[in-house]
Amino acid sequence: MNWEGPTAKVYALHVAVVALLVGLNFALPEYHHGVLARVLVLAVFAMGYNVLFGYAGLLSLGHAMFFAAGLYGAGLPLYHLGWGVPAAFGAGIAAGFVASLIIGLLALRTSGVAFMIVTMMFAQVFYLTTLYFGEWTRGDEGLVLQQQARQVTLGAQTLDLTSPATRYLLAVALFAIVLLASVALVRSRHGRVLVAIRENEERTRMLGYDTFANKLAAVVTSGVICAAAGAAYALLFGYVGSTFASVQYSILPLLWVLLGGAATTLGPLIGTLFMYYVIDIASGYTSAYMLVVGAVLILLVLFFRKGVLGTVRERWVGWLP
Amino acid sequence: MAFFPHLLLATLEGLVTSAVLALTALGLSLVFGVMRIVNVAHGEFFMLGAVLAWAITITLTGHPALGFAVALVLSPLIVGGIAWIAERLVLRRLEYNPEATIVATIGLLYIIQQLALTFYGPEARPVAPPFSYRIQLPWFGYSGYKLSIIAASALLLLATWFVLTRTRIGLVMRATQYDRETALAFGIPVGRVYGAVFALGAMLAAVAAVLIVPIQQAHYLMGLDPLLLSFIVVIIGGLGSLRGTVVAALLIGVSDGIISVFFSPTLAKIIATLVVALVLVFRPQGLFGTATK
Repeated sequence: MNWEGPTAKVYALHVAVVALLVGLNFALPEYHHGVLARVLVLAVFAMGYNVLFGYAGLLSLGHAMFFAAGLYGAGLPLYHLGWGVPAAFGAGIAAGFVASLIIGLLALRTSGVAFMIVTMMFAQVFYLTTLYFGEWTRGDEGLVLQQQARQVTLGAQTLDLTSPATRYLLAVALFAIVLLASVALVRSRHGRVLVAIRENEERTRMLGYDTFANKLAAVVTSGVICAAAGAAYALLFGYVGSTFASVQYSILPLLWVLLGGAATTLGPLIGTLFMYYVIDIASGYTSAYMLVVGAVLILLVLFFRKGVLGTVRERWVGWLP
Repeated sequence: MAFFPHLLLATLEGLVTSAVLALTALGLSLVFGVMRIVNVAHGEFFMLGAVLAWAITITLTGHPALGFAVALVLSPLIVGGIAWIAERLVLRRLEYNPEATIVATIGLLYIIQQLALTFYGPEARPVAPPFSYRIQLPWFGYSGYKLSIIAASALLLLATWFVLTRTRIGLVMRATQYDRETALAFGIPVGRVYGAVFALGAMLAAVAAVLIVPIQQAHYLMGLDPLLLSFIVVIIGGLGSLRGTVVAALLIGVSDGIISVFFSPTLAKIIATLVVALVLVFRPQGLFGTATK
């Protein structure tokens, strides 16, 4: 890999962002500390969505399914079978892998509008399934994971996932891993092929690339990242409910990514953070937060199609990945 | 009750569902066919129709039939007006880019839903049926109003079919659907046709909602199910095919009615959604459609 020019700058920027987030652990007031931990996990969800939507150009309306697969994949064994935290996290990721592989194999037979509708329908099936098996999932009401179940013993040390500092640092750790992985991904050969598919699939195929295999890999990568976010959400915040599988949670990552800038590595974080605070502040004045979401979506798509970082990259900082 | 009357009841309930579904789905199919965009806010136009019907009937005192008749005319007109404004202000500026319009209509969905929640509230509210005549069958009594829904829907479908195939308006719409550029070259005001089609699609959903609201209460979240079911119908019936839409609505409505009576409604929805998603995966042109050019 070429370590001169932009490469060094790119990695320096991302490491600096992670260092800043770690530093904020000691500086933030309690309320915002909690908010940022949540935002970081949701930003991982958005980064997973961005792999497929931003880079591969596939608009899915069913990503709540992958988030919820991680959520339930981790939450159910922990709650019902008494699994430990690491095993439950692994189970969540495995659930996301299986779900995204199956959905990818089926949904990628379609393209464009049909792809959106198919993914939305599969996600709806998943959502209804979580309601149907209410005996185990408790449906909308959800399951609350108890504090003693959310502790990890490492040698003599016990990590308590309910303590704010641990929770925050684990969220940063997951965020950092996924962030650096996605930088590596988009700069790799596979990442370039995905962008080529987004720009012109026919031509990419003609150049001899297996577009189906590349798109399938993108769906699975995206699904696994989203499932990791879901599993982390269940373990860190201790709640598992059907709401996270509903259509709304398929639309939110789309909103976050569009706002922050599709096909930018840091865009999902900016979009998630900004939207979280917009809703937080707006709900102080009015309960009509859906109005804000709707208006932001329409305004973005009308006047600000590239999002925050997309615009920054276009105008000033061309090397931004 | 024995098996046969039970089945008859389920079929009748299914036919009522089909009647409403056919109108709603036809609206979605028209917009999808002519403008080549997916209107995710279609279910919200349905909801708006029902909520407005409640507001109109509550304002007009007197015989319930009077309020209902006014609602049947006024509610779709208002919804159509709102849709027309949304089309002119937002969708036209997006130049009907498929993905951008989906995002924009999702935004529209949230705005309409929130406005309904703010001004109408979270309660489900009933609307009095215009008449309450019961038809006595040998096994059970059945609401005459429900049967009149089926008749009204059939009439409206016939009227739409007539407009689409036998009038100048329909000709202009079909020309726009067939080839936008050529239509433009022949002096057809494509922009205005798009505005009108979008409004018409929303009005069909609103009419369907006004018809169903006396038996199913108005609620601000009632739009999601019609939206998903309309997608299903449009996909199975094949895009832009009126006959396919009606046949698919009958198929889905009646089987939904029968499955819901004998099994759990959630299970019925799971099976229906899954089957349709698989149809879309393996037979993208729909069961009755022909492959696209």
